[in-house]
Amino acid sequence: MKDLLNGWGITAAVFLPMVGALVMLAIPKSEETLHKVVALVTSLAVFAVGVALLWDFDYDHTAVLQYAQDKSWIELINARYLVGIDGISLPLIALTMLVVPLVIVYSWDHFPEPHNPKAFLLLILVLETGMIGTFVAQDLLLFFVFFELVLLPMYFMIGVWGGEQRKYASLKFFLYTAFGSALMIVSILAVYFLAEDKAGNALHTFAIPELAQWGGYGLAKSTALLIFAGFFMGFGIKVPMFPFHTWLPDAHTQAPTQGSVILAAVLLKLGTYGFVRIAVPILPVGAQSWAPVIGLLAVIGIIYGALGCLAQTDMKRLIAFSSVAHMGYVMLGIATLTPFGTNAAIFGMVAHGLITGMLFFIAGSVKDRFHTLEIKRLGGLLLQAPRMGWLLGFSVMASLGLPGLAGFWGEFPAILSAWEPGADLNQNLFRAFAVVAALGTVFAAGYLLWLLQRVAFGTPTEEFEGEHIHDMHLTDYIAWVPMVVLIVVLGIFPGLIFKVTNQAVVHSLMHLPGS
Amino acid sequence: MVLATLLAAASPVFHRPEFDWHALAPELVLVGTIALCLLVDVFTTEQSRWTASSIAGIGMLAALVPVFTLAYDNTDRVLFGGAFVVDDFSLVLSGLFLVAGYLTILLSTQYIAEGDYAEGEYYLMLLSATFGMVVMASARDLIGIFIALEMLSIPAYLMAGWRKRTLTGNEAGMKYYLMGVFASGVMLYGMSLIFGVTGSTILKDIGSQVNASVMDEPIAILGIIFVLIGFAFKVSAVPFQNWAPDTYEGAPTPVTAFLSVASKTAGFVAILSLVYVGFAGQADIIRPFIFILAVLTMTVGNVIALRQTNVVRLFAYSSVAQAGFILAPLAVFGESPRSSRDVLIAVVTYVIIYTVVNLGAFAVIIAVSRRTGTGDIASWGGLFTYAPALAVSMAAFLFALGGIPIAAGWYAKFQAFTAVVSGDSNLGYIMGVVMAVNSVIALGYYLSLMRVMFMDDVPDGDTTPIRVPVTLGVVVGAAVIFTLAVGIFPGLVSDLAEGATLAFLPGS
Repeated sequence: MKDLLNGWGITAAVFLPMVGALVMLAIPKSEETLHKVVALVTSLAVFAVGVALLWDFDYDHTAVLQYAQDKSWIELINARYLVGIDGISLPLIALTMLVVPLVIVYSWDHFPEPHNPKAFLLLILVLETGMIGTFVAQDLLLFFVFFELVLLPMYFMIGVWGGEQRKYASLKFFLYTAFGSALMIVSILAVYFLAEDKAGNALHTFAIPELAQWGGYGLAKSTALLIFAGFFMGFGIKVPMFPFHTWLPDAHTQAPTQGSVILAAVLLKLGTYGFVRIAVPILPVGAQSWAPVIGLLAVIGIIYGALGCLAQTDMKRLIAFSSVAHMGYVMLGIATLTPFGTNAAIFGMVAHGLITGMLFFIAGSVKDRFHTLEIKRLGGLLLQAPRMGWLLGFSVMASLGLPGLAGFWGEFPAILSAWEPGADLNQNLFRAFAVVAALGTVFAAGYLLWLLQRVAFGTPTEEFEGEHIHDMHLTDYIAWVPMVVLIVVLGIFPGLIFKVTNQAVVHSLMHLPGS
Repeated sequence: MVLATLLAAASPVFHRPEFDWHALAPELVLVGTIALCLLVDVFTTEQSRWTASSIAGIGMLAALVPVFTLAYDNTDRVLFGGAFVVDDFSLVLSGLFLVAGYLTILLSTQYIAEGDYAEGEYYLMLLSATFGMVVMASARDLIGIFIALEMLSIPAYLMAGWRKRTLTGNEAGMKYYLMGVFASGVMLYGMSLIFGVTGSTILKDIGSQVNASVMDEPIAILGIIFVLIGFAFKVSAVPFQNWAPDTYEGAPTPVTAFLSVASKTAGFVAILSLVYVGFAGQADIIRPFIFILAVLTMTVGNVIALRQTNVVRLFAYSSVAQAGFILAPLAVFGESPRSSRDVLIAVVTYVIIYTVVNLGAFAVIIAVSRRTGTGDIASWGGLFTYAPALAVSMAAFLFALGGIPIAAGWYAKFQAFTAVVSGDSNLGYIMGVVMAVNSVIALGYYLSLMRVMFMDDVPDGDTTPIRVPVTLGVVVGAAVIFTLAVGIFPGLVSDLAEGATLAFLPGS
């Protein structure tokens, strides 16, 4: 078992969805149930592999790359099929493997127009390969390929199954991210050519562990700054950070529910993960110089996202803007360059993935029942569909950072970490950031509770007064219960994640002064 | 007295030039096929004209055999005093030309047979043009390069004007011809200047003149620039691109496919052998020239492509922009030995991938326009609903052209980026950023075609499936497999590109 996992565990997790997709390709389009079964079985198989990986993981040495595989891939440039899992990637991989089957279950009876379950589920499986691949890749080029691979299915998912403005939204989504990636590839190559060992020999490697060990040694500061800027564009757009966030509300609003959930739960994390895994460890000097800028943009994002939320009339768009704010906390945690802040950031990624994913699920179901998400046409959800109403209340509480639920552990430590930034960063500046970020939580409580009030409280509007609204379906239960449970469990036992991430985070920050 | 001296000088010293039949075998097979094609066309009736395409196809594949045996033999062969060299570079590219020629035959079979065109002559022209390209891959001599160029251009002029009863067809042929002849004139003038300065037409000899610094004379520099401008026309680099869109639109679509890949690649091959073997000492002058050319080509091609409403014109401008990407690495040529090597690898990788992907895309265009009968992008609406396989294949090609993994194009783009960054020069980094911006602009129009195929409604509500002829299906299938296989395992192409080294580099 152990040998099998070591040799094939990760490869199976990454490529099983592709196998499923190939099988589906061979099945005619009309066999809809068969398609659903194949997709679900595939994603459950991946989940099972994930459970085995989690089970067998050595939690005492999370800084060490486990289940590592190192094979030659493109010999000419020494790019390798180098994959492995450490404490930083483990929670995110687990999140991905969990969310995908839930999304497939949720889809069971409500496929968005124009239906076509075959293509839709195929895209979800391709997406899963891309996401898991990104989190396990330990080679910059391999990472880049998976990072880009994610774009394709998402583009089609938004563009084909999306809402009114889907064409515009999908194009914007694609071009924004592609622009970031194009600049990132220049940075990746610059690292490849400029990395030298202490004896002055060129490393010519894309391997992330090796490059993190190198840590920008011998690189001129100005060069490090420029290279970091390339990574910053690539990852910052994906996060998305203010002012590159404008693709996000459009994409989220137009995407089908399943797309929104995956986008919120996993895709946004690819950007923040990139910072934690690649940009900061490989270019600590660049990170140090950029940290104040990142911190500033993060708090602007927090406040701007909150204000944006207050101005929204569409439920889904509101949740999308709240994502901008929440990812601001994550980025603030990363910008402190302390193990504490980075740990909080990773926790924040997982928590945001679960909570916002949940919110998008509910929004999708509201849309399904009422055929609108316009807040002022909704109301009295608690009367018409009490279970959904309560769950909305629960998710809103989790999202605004109520202690005892997962959201709290993403936000609070991030703010706290900004009080004591590491790596010789300007303390006063970061304390100011912390204050502003703390103010942001007040806003968050404001817009989220206001949303809850308008949607769930009161009586239904005249429009829907007499209508029978179906409360939760069976598929809703199956899809949502695991997420709710995890939100509670992680809220009560945050150590579950902190314990996993800590060693790896400390290791990744080894080149920074003061840590 | 005079006569006697002449006789004395002439008679005993004649040596039969050494003739390496094996080295010339690919060309000889092609010449044989051309002759056979011609004879069959003369002696058969109208009904059996279809044999021409089979003969031509078999001839192309047969010519690949000696390419493989030569590759297996693995020695550089020099003929005619260095004017004709069979090295790894020429073998890889000859192979590419033959494959491209074969795929073009597959593209043409149905199209030419259904149209009221002269079939036998068409394949004759196609074979002659391919012959010119194969010669180009090995030519290392100004005259040889020029002859190869004309050998491939003159049939191409005729093929471009093949639809002789339409005005656009005439325009296509005429424009291409006039522009092509003008370019040849400029190039020939440049060559004469270089010959005048160095006293040789053999590239190797020109390259070794560097130390004597005659090549740094202004007149020689002018010659180099003229020669490069001549080829800039061939590869449709901006500002010498204006023949391309009209020619591409007016020519029969299979011919457009052929022009946009094979004849363009032949231009790049010539540029590579000229620059690497002949003008390496003048890299300082060539770099900025190519830099400007490449930046203009990418940007102008991309921006104009954004506004196209005809799919063939879109691909015309896309191929202009792609030419910019192929040229871009040459802007750091000669910065260091490492970057010279990377530039060569990048260009060869790019042309290999681009050739197959673009031929695949044109196969889809031909298949779709058989049904719609027009090249309007709007007529592609909702292709996914009634021809999912074609739409998905096209998506793969478009993503490849846009450079998105896992379609093969990402590796071509990546190699181009690698090359420009490898020089560690400011010009290179600036080029990298320009390329990054341009690859996003390019995605703008590739995605707009994608949007039409996947997200728009079928224009007239007619959703009868498209019947794809077998030959076209083969091309599409092969190209899709290539695109995905190379996208996932770039080693398949990188080994070829890495091996495609030129013999007789100065200083090696």
